[in-house]
Amino acid sequence: MKLKAVDYLVLDEKTGKYREDPEQLVRDEVEKHRWKHVGLTILKDWRLYLMLVPMLLVFFFWRYMPMYELLSCFKVYDANLPVADQLYSGFSYFKELFAGETPLSQEFWRAFRNTFVISFYGLCFGFPMPIIIALFFNEIKSNIARSVYQVLTYLPKFISTVVMTTLVSLLVRQSSSAGAGIQMGIISQLLYNLGIITEEVGNAGLLNNPDFFRPIYQITGIWETAGYDSIVFFAAIIAISPTSYEAAQIDGANKWAQMRYVVLPSILSTIVIMLITRIGSLLNVGYEKVLLLYNDKTYVTADVVSTFAQRNGLSSSFLIGISSAAEMLNNVVGMLLVIGANTIARKASDVSLY
Amino acid sequence: MKRKLEISELIFKIISYVLLTVFALCCLYPFVFAISSAISGRSVVEQGGIILFPKQIQFEAFKVMFEDNMFWNAYANTLFLTFYGTLWAMGVAILGAYALSKKRLLFRKGFNFFLVFTMWFSAGILPQYRNYINTRNVFQSVGIMDDKWLVVIAMGMAAMNIILLRNAFEGVPSEIEEAAIVDGATEMQVLTNVYLPMSKSTIATVALFFAISRWNGYFWAKQMISKYQEHPLQVFIRLKLEEIQNPELIWAEPYAADSAIYALVICAIIPILIIYPFIQKYFAKGVNMGGVKE
Repeated sequence: MKLKAVDYLVLDEKTGKYREDPEQLVRDEVEKHRWKHVGLTILKDWRLYLMLVPMLLVFFFWRYMPMYELLSCFKVYDANLPVADQLYSGFSYFKELFAGETPLSQEFWRAFRNTFVISFYGLCFGFPMPIIIALFFNEIKSNIARSVYQVLTYLPKFISTVVMTTLVSLLVRQSSSAGAGIQMGIISQLLYNLGIITEEVGNAGLLNNPDFFRPIYQITGIWETAGYDSIVFFAAIIAISPTSYEAAQIDGANKWAQMRYVVLPSILSTIVIMLITRIGSLLNVGYEKVLLLYNDKTYVTADVVSTFAQRNGLSSSFLIGISSAAEMLNNVVGMLLVIGANTIARKASDVSLY
Repeated sequence: MKRKLEISELIFKIISYVLLTVFALCCLYPFVFAISSAISGRSVVEQGGIILFPKQIQFEAFKVMFEDNMFWNAYANTLFLTFYGTLWAMGVAILGAYALSKKRLLFRKGFNFFLVFTMWFSAGILPQYRNYINTRNVFQSVGIMDDKWLVVIAMGMAAMNIILLRNAFEGVPSEIEEAAIVDGATEMQVLTNVYLPMSKSTIATVALFFAISRWNGYFWAKQMISKYQEHPLQVFIRLKLEEIQNPELIWAEPYAADSAIYALVICAIIPILIIYPFIQKYFAKGVNMGGVKE
């Protein structure tokens, strides 16, 4: 805060003259010794601050230093120099990405679109599932039956992406003529018998078919997380007092009306919070799963920005700048989405995450 | 007094049971299928004859896998990464969360923001990769040649877990801490004798999160661990899968190539299945405290 001369002076009413303000002198003194005071407090409580140090270091070196590396989207890459000393290239990479003329930039736009589509489908199909499952859990009054269901449905969350994608790729595997011949995967067979896919599609392997990447991604996503994510909603539902239901029942509410007027309002704040988180991570598609599920035949629907950047940036050092620019765009838009979603939620319903 | 269920309530109850059962079976089915396929004969597996139960039972796939030194090596590496990784992450997270939970901490808001910002904005794969390469160079220049230690120290920290712990510590009544301080406890004793026992369920949950993410970690382990014999199990499984998916593969074993993969997969999830039921009861308690507050 900048002080003006008049802040130091007060009008002395008796004499009609200005004189120095004693309170301001005290404030000055305090301000002068503020950092000394801070230092002394830290010194006195040094154990507490020492505890903070490892965490700060870990986050600084491996969360914030990558952000510094990200600045190479403004630089001409040179392997021998740190990012700060590399030649500044302005927004040329961004312009190249936006222009949409080179194959790379078209690939980027495809990846960007895919990122949105995958997340948007996840929001439409993946988000309501845990809520529905939580509502179902609430119907099961027997504790033993409920814990059996919970154990089973939470389980996939703890299975690694590698195991999950391995199982998927074997369950929808292509047929092969090696040896005595290998049939298509069991899920492909099921779909074929149901008439959903033709024999050729099944034999070629569903993971090699761009039309099937998105359904597979979403279904495995639901399989993995729907049960576990229902914990939060279920906790909100069992917190509802039974008297609310009783009151509604006496008023003659059927199940639907109870849902509409008792359950939904009570868990609305939880839903809003989870929705914010979900929207916030809209552009944060799990790259590991995509990397493990996609191949060059399915880039059309499967390639997302982070895999685009990873593939190109690691393949050639000439592409590091432009790949970083793609990541930068993705991350900045993602961050704006978090902040935007949070602000809207705070204005609309007094619920906010951060 | 028990009230008679209204017809709509009854219908919903039945629907709940049916759909939940279907979903629970869907969650379980791939594992049952994997076990059956792993112990079934070659021709049945290749012809797609397994639906639920094993046929022409054989244990060759498991036997060959158990005789493979690379498998045990990968298993040991995963155990190493999980044990030290969880230990390191828990140590850092508990100390940091404890300090952050104290109201008297100066610049507390600033430190919190420092954490939360990493949840909003992450640099992305490529910059992280180049940052890890730089770290590896630094590590090698001070004589840490094993890439394992890089994976243990540099990776797997999550701001969310620290916030979970912080919220749990904030829930401990300050009177107990004051009593301990009056009795002459140091800062460290307050943490170990007051805070840790009082937030056991959150600590168990967070430790499980860390351990699971270590056990399941694949991408960075594959990118950063250059030596083949240091690869953890997940990388091993993936490489094996890519190996059998090669169309030119000639498979001469008495069991199907798929059975070998299924056997590996089962071995990779068994430890999780063993500890999971014990610790599952803590989840609901631990996770509920996960609201992010600043």
